[in-house]
Amino acid sequence: MQLLKLIFKNAFRHRLRTFLTITGISIAILAFGLLRTVVNAWYAGVEASAANRLVSRNAISLVFPLPLSYKEKIRQIEGVTNVSYGNWFGGVYIDEKNFFANFAVEPKSYLELYPEFILPQDQKAILLRDRKGFAAGRKLVEKYKWKLGDTVVLKGTIFPGTWDFVLRGVYKGRDKSIDETQFFFHWDYLNESLKKSFPMRADQVGFYLIGIKNPNVAADVSEAVDRTFKNSLAETLTETEKAFQMSFISMSEAIVVAIQLVSFVVIIIIMAVMANTMAMSARERIAEYAVLKTLGFGGTYITALIFGESLFISSAGCIIGIILTFPAAKIFGDAMSQFFPIFNVSWNTVYLDVAASVVVGGASAIIPAYRAVSIRIAEGLRRIG
Amino acid sequence: MENKQPVIQIKNLCKSYRRGSQIIPVLENINLEIAQCEFLALMGPSGSGKSTLLNLIAGIDKADSGIINVAGTDINSLSETELAGWRAGHVGFIFQFYNLIPVLTAYENVELPLLLTGLSRKQRRAHVETALKIVNLSDRMDHYPGQLSGGQQQRVAIARAIVTDPAIVVADEPTGDLDRVSAEEVLELMERLVNELCKTIIMVTHDPRAAKKAHVIRHLDKGVLNATPQAYF
Ligand SMILES: Nc1ncnc2c1ncn2[C@@H]1O[C@H](COP(=O)(O)OP(=O)(O)OP(=O)(O)O)[C@@H](O)[C@H]1O
Ligand SMILES: [Mg+2]
Repeated sequence: MQLLKLIFKNAFRHRLRTFLTITGISIAILAFGLLRTVVNAWYAGVEASAANRLVSRNAISLVFPLPLSYKEKIRQIEGVTNVSYGNWFGGVYIDEKNFFANFAVEPKSYLELYPEFILPQDQKAILLRDRKGFAAGRKLVEKYKWKLGDTVVLKGTIFPGTWDFVLRGVYKGRDKSIDETQFFFHWDYLNESLKKSFPMRADQVGFYLIGIKNPNVAADVSEAVDRTFKNSLAETLTETEKAFQMSFISMSEAIVVAIQLVSFVVIIIIMAVMANTMAMSARERIAEYAVLKTLGFGGTYITALIFGESLFISSAGCIIGIILTFPAAKIFGDAMSQFFPIFNVSWNTVYLDVAASVVVGGASAIIPAYRAVSIRIAEGLRRIG
Repeated sequence: MENKQPVIQIKNLCKSYRRGSQIIPVLENINLEIAQCEFLALMGPSGSGKSTLLNLIAGIDKADSGIINVAGTDINSLSETELAGWRAGHVGFIFQFYNLIPVLTAYENVELPLLLTGLSRKQRRAHVETALKIVNLSDRMDHYPGQLSGGQQQRVAIARAIVTDPAIVVADEPTGDLDRVSAEEVLELMERLVNELCKTIIMVTHDPRAAKKAHVIRHLDKGVLNATPQAYF
């Protein structure tokens, strides 16, 4: 009890110094939390991928299509429960800077394969009936203030022309990890127009989405799909959705590693600041520690005083930092939603924050505590005035 | 002065400090006996080893050789931990610069040594109040050291030194930082500790006026202990 009181009083002896240190730690924890959240956002697609979905694409490159005729052959493969397909549309809404993912898909099977996209039954029925209809995620719809029945025009990039769609469905994610910024419409709508304008490009799909019985058959089914189209004009490369998503990230892996590195550098810097604060405080109090030892208090008590103060300051900074991280991530996530559709502070990040502050507080106390405990009493008492 | 049983017996005590490869002898073959309820003043020029000797008697430093027997214990043979426990039970400390903990009130400062005892909060309160009453500072117990004069701080320090009721009180220039009036108060208090509570006090001082209050004055010079030259007074 008395120990805690003394720790608390010691911590606030130099109000300004303590205030500045706590502020520094809060900012470091905030920066650390945001950087970790950016890294998580990068992997959000990977995290959200399901183990019972495969993606099949052209073996040469994602930019080459596959024939629509593969659909039936894939469906017949043992272990396959459902097949959907689509194209990356790459349309632009008004201006290039309004980026969001938009796909042409076969909506019925697509929604079956993505049960995490929750669409009201009535909206789904209308969407499936309307060839020009599209569905979009809740966040996207809120961002552009679209309402059901609104016509939205996209400028084609891969598929030239202006394309107009009618909002028929707004889906919600099953949980916070689900991307609510997608835009998808009838593949048939795209294909019909291509048949008229670019017949060569019709009946071609960019990717197949394959539902499988269970994750255990993923390897067998992938192999079977690829074997089926071996030595054909368009060979396939089939992999789990996770591996498919991963292949996008590996291109930018160096950036992610750099961000991770920076996040730890922030912690190391604040550790130096904290260590300096504790070293100053402990040096000033060497005579007091000597008095306590003279009175019979042992090294454990002195150590507890110094570690307690250090951990108190670092946890205060940590708590403030964590509290700030949530609104900051909200603001940051909203501003960057086109790059990071999912931008949530994970529990894991909070745990890392706590761990970092414990390490910072603990490490900063080691040397001051060692000095205070090991100095001879007579020596410590001389350091007065 | 009547002869009493010595509570402190020092035999052939030697202490030197090491500075690099150099060995600096500070105390050479000191022999000293201090009786119970005796007030002893230790004088001598600066650097003569007064503080060093006091620290050895109080068990906060270790001698190179010799025996320091305090109330039946050879403290030079105790381990660090044993010494810490021994100090807490047997010795009270008064320093030149009071050395109170600035973030604790007078009450809390006096209570500090009692935290190492098994006393309940209530028992501790009784002890602290008694000690503060002896030094006549009952009305200042909620004050912080910064709110007290030097003399008052030193009296709080005296209360802290006696709160565990130790047999021995050591004081290193307790009046060194005080004006004459405050010094007088502190010295009177120390006399009362000897006369009324039968404490054994060893006080290092430069001040002949302070030394006069003591029963015995010993003179340290260049590490050697002499009887006080009469001419001193
Ligand atoms: N830790 C140490 N290392 C080396 N030498 C020391 C150490 N402590 C004390 N000394 C030396 O020992 C001698 C005696 O020191 P001490 O402090 O006991 O003197 P003192 O009589 O109390 O002096 P003063 O009246 O100035 O307080 C001095 O020469 C001092 O320099
Ligand atoms: Mg001295």
